[in-house]
Amino acid sequence: MELLLQQILSGLATGAIYACMALAVVMIYQSIGHLNFAQGEMATFSTFVAWQLITWGFPYWAAFALTVALSFAGGVLIERVVFRPLKDAPALSHIVVFIGLLAIFNNASGFVWDFTIKTFPSPFGQGPMFGAFLNMHQAGMIACTLGMLVLLYLFFSRTRLGLSLRAAAANPESARLVGVRVGWMIALGWGLASAIGAVAGMLIAPGVFLEPNMMLGVLLYGFAGAVVGGLTSPIGAVAGGLIVGVMENLAGTYVPVVGSELKLTIALSLIILILIFKPSGLFGKTLAKRV
Amino acid sequence: MTALLSVHGLTASYGEGQVLAGLDFEVQRGGVTVLLGANGAGKTTTLRAICGMVRREGSIIFDGKPIQNLSTEGVVRLGVAHVPDGRGTFTQLTVDENLQLGAITRRGRKEIEHDIERCFGYFPVLKERRSQQAGTLSGGEQQMLAVARALMLRPKLMLLDEPSFGLAPMIVKQIFDIFRTLNASTSMSMLIVEQNAALALELADHAYLLETGRVVFAGRPDDIRNDPALRRSYLGY
Repeated sequence: MELLLQQILSGLATGAIYACMALAVVMIYQSIGHLNFAQGEMATFSTFVAWQLITWGFPYWAAFALTVALSFAGGVLIERVVFRPLKDAPALSHIVVFIGLLAIFNNASGFVWDFTIKTFPSPFGQGPMFGAFLNMHQAGMIACTLGMLVLLYLFFSRTRLGLSLRAAAANPESARLVGVRVGWMIALGWGLASAIGAVAGMLIAPGVFLEPNMMLGVLLYGFAGAVVGGLTSPIGAVAGGLIVGVMENLAGTYVPVVGSELKLTIALSLIILILIFKPSGLFGKTLAKRV
Repeated sequence: MTALLSVHGLTASYGEGQVLAGLDFEVQRGGVTVLLGANGAGKTTTLRAICGMVRREGSIIFDGKPIQNLSTEGVVRLGVAHVPDGRGTFTQLTVDENLQLGAITRRGRKEIEHDIERCFGYFPVLKERRSQQAGTLSGGEQQMLAVARALMLRPKLMLLDEPSFGLAPMIVKQIFDIFRTLNASTSMSMLIVEQNAALALELADHAYLLETGRVVFAGRPDDIRNDPALRRSYLGY
């Protein structure tokens, strides 16, 4: 029983990171209709920026805040420079550019900060918490993610800018007709996705070590979370990420053949199963229109 | 009266096919202009061209400013509200959020709240539905919401694309009564595209007949009613 509880809690902690990546992916998917394969490498790059700032002597939270701000600006810039010209291009063009970005960010991280692994500090420490169920850093991960989700929820539901963003994603043509600058809303979506990814990267880095391929696996879990929750639902993406985190941990512990080696297989099978049996995801909307 | 909108030599095309072949027309300040014509005459395209939703050329002067090179958002921000065909409702958002979006370019929370109440005065059913998802409204209610959302901009010019399309006669009457009230009580101008010519001509002060992207007749509603050939073609009696 104790083991079960422990596995669920630590599943929630990693699930929180998957939830962030899923949310970042959904944020961009909703505004441009494509999955950003480079989301993970962008997050890794952001984490390296944070590492650099901390190495230069910035206090942790200052480096954290500055990294989030820089990542936001970077996301906006990528949209303006790279994706704006592609806005009517077919899906394949997008995929090629996403793969290009992935390679660029991956190699840029390696080129600037080199490919050896680095330790990344945790502001919460690694001491035990709640008995031995969680360590301090895992609890901090969950708390940070929840805090960020609450802020995002308030932003989208309570502010006019949030409403404009939702309108631009739901119906760009009508959004233009009420005067929403849809192009900028898409750029803003990229900025938010990139900032969320940066938070995820900085939170997971203390546990997995920082290196250019750090987020590769994490992004796959994020995709799994997004698909499980439904690509059209931000709340679903978060729930999906948490579900994937917990399932992965439980399967790794209780299903003997899975162990730690086949955990990723679980996530990928989950994507396939959901796409076969419930393509809109657990929380996604099937598009229906009343005429 | 002076012209709020004057359009000269307007052409528009979708890909290869040219839909408008050089239109000239005007909408007077505080006036109601109606565009009549058969399916495919280019009426909807004319409205879309004014708002920059299709590629267009020619001169479009709105309130003294040329707007033919502005983006849709830019045209809207000058005070042109477009109620498109298909109504353009944000179906996943609530009625309230739809109305808030109508005023998204404006400042002043109090005034916006006040205008929402004013819209509820015109269309009381929307008040009952205010926290409901707009997609769950009936067709008539969605059309009312579309008109209300356009009013939230406090537009100088409202473009209405077939406001009676697919609605029950009762609802059509209710909506056109509101247009009449608006026309009498505000300085807002309207440009209406309508299949129901008799209804639209009652409201209009100017009418243009379109055929395959050209204006073939321009005049006052009475000119159409008094011309036997036009009356037969467009009013059916």
